[in-house]
Amino acid sequence: MRGKVWKYGDHIDTDVIIPARYLNDPDPAALASHCMVDIDESFAGGVHAGDIMVGGWNFGCGSSREHAPIAIQASGVSCVIAASFARIFYRNSINIGFPILECPEASEAINAGDIVSVDTKTGVITDETTGQSFQAKPFPEFIENIIEKGGLLSYLKDK
Amino acid sequence: MGMTMTQKILAAHAGLPEVHAGDLIEAKLDIVLGNDVTTPVAIGVFEKAGFTEVFDNEKIVIALDHYTPCKDIKSAELCVISRDFAKKHGIKHFYDVGTVGIEHALLPEQGIVGPGDCVIGADSHTCTYGALGAFSTGVGSTDMAAGMASGLNWFKVPSAIKVELSGKPGPCVSGKDVILHLIGEIGVDGALYKSLEFAGEGVAELSMDDRFTISNMAIEAGGKNGIFPVDDKTREYIKDRFKREPAVFEADPDAEYERVVKIDLSTLEPTVSMPHLPSNTKTVGEAAGTRIDQVVIGSCTNGRMSDMRVAASILKGRKVADGVRCIIIPATQQIYLECMEEGLLKVFVEAGCAVSAPTCGPCLGGHMGVMAAGERAVATTNRNFIGRMGHTQSEVVLASPAVAAASAVAGCIADPRVLEEA
Repeated sequence: MRGKVWKYGDHIDTDVIIPARYLNDPDPAALASHCMVDIDESFAGGVHAGDIMVGGWNFGCGSSREHAPIAIQASGVSCVIAASFARIFYRNSINIGFPILECPEASEAINAGDIVSVDTKTGVITDETTGQSFQAKPFPEFIENIIEKGGLLSYLKDK
Repeated sequence: MGMTMTQKILAAHAGLPEVHAGDLIEAKLDIVLGNDVTTPVAIGVFEKAGFTEVFDNEKIVIALDHYTPCKDIKSAELCVISRDFAKKHGIKHFYDVGTVGIEHALLPEQGIVGPGDCVIGADSHTCTYGALGAFSTGVGSTDMAAGMASGLNWFKVPSAIKVELSGKPGPCVSGKDVILHLIGEIGVDGALYKSLEFAGEGVAELSMDDRFTISNMAIEAGGKNGIFPVDDKTREYIKDRFKREPAVFEADPDAEYERVVKIDLSTLEPTVSMPHLPSNTKTVGEAAGTRIDQVVIGSCTNGRMSDMRVAASILKGRKVADGVRCIIIPATQQIYLECMEEGLLKVFVEAGCAVSAPTCGPCLGGHMGVMAAGERAVATTNRNFIGRMGHTQSEVVLASPAVAAASAVAGCIADPRVLEEA
């Protein structure tokens, strides 16, 4: 995975990732077209496939809406890196097979617009713009299995 | 090392003699819940994966409470998906307009959840049922789909923060003030991935409605769940409601807690959370005088009967201030009926309030009280994030029903104790 970084701060809540007024249409493309609009009107129109989102502490807090990771994924973002994730967002991302990486050092050091590459297998994050590299926390094996199966339901179906 | 109350419930539902913080377990579910926003997504996932049967049509609850009575065509179409699914699978606990209430007030009221249960709900405020001594947590739609298909789900066993309550709350200090104060102390991620376990002699001083409010907002501290011990008040509450055998769990005396937070209830003031985070707390005295345009009294946090009574006691014989809109939403049809029987609807209407059928509506900026740029509300709801109740330049101040009602009368954030003296 390799792309340009969209950087946001701490406590990015699911109400700003996808405002409730757009939850009446759960089509992923429709959700993507409104993603982040309340704090960054340039995101939905400017994001390119493969881009990477970087947040601070407690990313994805608030509502349980799975529409939030779906909106980010459908917008083309290849993975989210944050200092920490709120627990329901964390579960939802794993459950839909969307890669997320917890790494406070990367969250702190990476700048908006940097080109970053990520190896989700090893958890190595490389900021190609600054030359720095970081090690994200690895997933427990059980969770790795769910992601590899492409989400919770596929995992359940195969069990 | 002993187990916390939460760990004991999870161990029992995983069929294990003991569990430890950090263990990944698979637990049996007693209830799987969804609403009109999250259930259609869960149904899509369920059907796409090829499942054709639900694990138990008596253990699934679908409550169409968020955008109902439907606010627009797209919301109506979402409800059709849930309605068809409920009919096809014979879902016993299906609640539509006319029977539906706000889910987290409805399920305890109807005796669907009780002590010792393991509950997941595709709504973050599912943690509310911790007030009954249940393990109950919010999840997403895929988790709901997995729960509907298998009656099981995976959990990481949480560590815990013990919140030791002592003393007796003073006048106009309620469960809302306790939880806002706690979130102000530990922050919006202070309990991230953890249980909040309430304990101490102060628990007995809190009504069940106070406890529902406190457990409801555990998620606002990042918590996985917020749980209360089962006592006489719990038993009294479930007596004529909960038909299954309650399972009462207690934390071991040597249970391990990551942190102990002590709160002397007698020292608490009516508390508000200023925009745009629930942790941005002030005492009502510090915030008093701030101009407002709207008041909302309702939601899964504070739309219960005692909340209605507190609001009515302040609004009785008074008028909502000029230029302020006060919207009151009894959380369930039962509460609506009780408000009618006790004459509270008359009090509200005579004071100049609009009273609505049960809906989550304004809390999430859905409908029934969406704000324009530059407007500010005092609301008994649970979140004050940017744009939560409407325009990104509108503001929400979180407060108790007493503070909200007093503010409606004063036209600005107001201390209900001062208003009562006036």
